Amino acid sequence: MQELLLEVIKPTLEVIKPMLEYVSRIIVPMLQGTVVTLELFFITTVFSIPLGVLLALARISRYTILRDVVGAYIWLLRGTPLLLQVFFVYYGLPNFGITLENFPAACIAFVLNYAAYFAEIFRAGIQSIDKGQYEGAKVLGFTYWQTMWRIILPQTVRRVLPPVSNEEITLVKDTALVYAIGLGELLRATKIAVSRDAVTSPFVVAAVFYLVMTYVLTKVFDKLEQRYSIYE
Amino acid sequence: MIEARNIYKSFGDLQVLKGISLAVKKGEVVAIIGPSGSGKSTLLRCLIYLEVIDRGSIIIEGQPIAYEDENGKTRYVPDKQIRQICKKIGMVFQNFNLFPHKTVLENIIEAPIVVNKVPKQEAVDMAEALLRRVGLIDKRNSYPSQLSGGQKQRVAIARALAMKPDIMLFDEPTSALDPELTGEVLKVMRDLAEDRMTMLVVTHEMGFAREVADRVIFMDGGEIIEEGLPREIFCNPRSERTRSFLKQVL
Repeated sequence: MQELLLEVIKPTLEVIKPMLEYVSRIIVPMLQGTVVTLELFFITTVFSIPLGVLLALARISRYTILRDVVGAYIWLLRGTPLLLQVFFVYYGLPNFGITLENFPAACIAFVLNYAAYFAEIFRAGIQSIDKGQYEGAKVLGFTYWQTMWRIILPQTVRRVLPPVSNEEITLVKDTALVYAIGLGELLRATKIAVSRDAVTSPFVVAAVFYLVMTYVLTKVFDKLEQRYSIYE
Repeated sequence: MIEARNIYKSFGDLQVLKGISLAVKKGEVVAIIGPSGSGKSTLLRCLIYLEVIDRGSIIIEGQPIAYEDENGKTRYVPDKQIRQICKKIGMVFQNFNLFPHKTVLENIIEAPIVVNKVPKQEAVDMAEALLRRVGLIDKRNSYPSQLSGGQKQRVAIARALAMKPDIMLFDEPTSALDPELTGEVLKVMRDLAEDRMTMLVVTHEMGFAREVADRVIFMDGGEIIEEGLPREIFCNPRSERTRSFLKQVL
């Protein structure tokens, strides 16, 4: 029995061993690429969510002009490809005297784009709160901002977690777009290895990296949902 | 305490209030009864600026929140002033409107801390005293979703009382409750009335109106049809509309 096992394991090991050796050679540049991917991910998240909240509040403001301006902004940013926006910030803005390195250019395009999507998610979340909550706060003497900040937005968080989780997962994968402006993120590191070594296994490794990142994200959002559901 | 004069209010083409005048004195308990759609809830909501009136004037404790200018057009004082004046009025809703993401205690201390700048410990002490008064001290750390309707409404009353109001408005406080739960809410309201709280109560609880109110107002079709002592309204109504309404509900 043992011999039989060895007979199976040995050739398998022989196949796997060079693969493992190869992977261990490309893993360092791929991890470096992943760092760039994660940096872009975190910067976009940290800035686009607060910006999205502000845009959502502007979208439901009682000032028509503000509503329309933000409406146009959201239409523009959701209505054109993210890659086009990245190109515009990187290649287009120098024509207006603003020249940016590729990483800050990518960050700006991503933050502006994701804020537009978040704005619509948050607007829907805010508008799903029962109007009795506004009335309850109003008769207790809360101002509009106190009502929003202390009563409405905290309840909105719970409701928008699932769609926000969706966006965040999309964001992890969208970071691959900045490959197009020469940023050394995960996909670019992968493609370099593929071209240089004429093998395709780096693609598999990259897929595993993306899957691990989105898995962790999914778990984080599961935890957040659990924590916010205690009052339901 | 509350003086409303000649109030008109329409929603689109539907005229809901047709020249209502009403005065509530300090320590008085006034019950408003009438068929649904008669405008009683709208009247209450107008008094605390949840609805904007088309015509008329509203004066709370001597301070106008809406008044008629020299051309007879109704104007409101600035929002900030209205908030200041309306802080003296507590309101209890049919659907409670508790904050679901906050515990019972947090629901009660939120407004005193945020709006009245009461120190937290003081607010907590006051909230606990109020919870004892409505018999829910053991629920202080529960969330509203864990309470029965009657318990929710008692918390809502405690929350309104935490702002130390001079007047309490009740908008059908027991209408959303199972029949067996109305008693506990009515008892709290009865206790409040005994403490001489000024109360204006829109209700379908005829027993409560008859026993607790100092004065009963019967509304129908956006007008006050009849008002008087409970015993006059219930035993000897002057209007035919009052009589037919009472016949239906009693």
